[in-house]
Amino acid sequence: MKKVIAQTEINVNEEGYMTEFSQWTKEICECLAEEQGICMTEKHWEVIDYIHEKHNGNEALSIRGIKKSGVINIKEFYSLFPGGPLKKSTLIAGIPKPKSCI
Amino acid sequence: MGDTKVKKMLFILSKATIENAYAAFVMANGARMEGIESEIFFTFFGLEAIQKKKLEHLHVATVGNPAMHMPTMLGGLPGVEAFATKMMKKEMEKLDMPPVGEFLEILSDSGCKLWGCKLAVDMFHLKEEDLIDELDGIITIGDFYNRADQEGTHLLFI
Repeated sequence: MKKVIAQTEINVNEEGYMTEFSQWTKEICECLAEEQGICMTEKHWEVIDYIHEKHNGNEALSIRGIKKSGVINIKEFYSLFPGGPLKKSTLIAGIPKPKSCI
Repeated sequence: MGDTKVKKMLFILSKATIENAYAAFVMANGARMEGIESEIFFTFFGLEAIQKKKLEHLHVATVGNPAMHMPTMLGGLPGVEAFATKMMKKEMEKLDMPPVGEFLEILSDSGCKLWGCKLAVDMFHLKEEDLIDELDGIITIGDFYNRADQEGTHLLFI
């Protein structure tokens, strides 16, 4: 599916996750966040960086991983990305939705 | 995204075998990760999962569990249950499943409320200090029903 955001056309799946990471930019990220009711702060960017790092290293994302990340604790994670932090943060970060149950 | 009609999940955990405790934990955590509220009420043997001294020593049931594919008499031999438990924990670690204590911390930090059943706490002569620090309180089943305070609340007995 095509979607126009921040005056740019991007490819997304039916759940709104970007399918081509090469299209991801910080401007797109901010607009995706806004659609989720999230206003990006410095802490949000730190989490996005962490998520990209894990994704590039082919490491699965999980809540347990967040706990050990040293970047953010679980409580903050839930308050920064309310209503499903892992699925929202990955959507904003332009990577696929994690398949993990934990 | 977010189209589910389930808004709140209330779990009653009445058993303390590893498979039952983890079923409750994974479902409660999975709910929070989907933006659904979740709470767990620990009653009867389920209380073992929130007792500081016992929670890391939960076992898988090898007797009376046909899915173990093991003759019942064999399952009852000394050491068999401990061995099966060790094997299961190893497999869970491979999947990055946290141990019981850490899982409870994760649940609490994720906003999942954890409750002890007053009747069972009294019956087993437990004190508040025997139970994990993350516990939100010791309440009655009536109090727990009152936690079902919104549309789309579901209650599950494990």
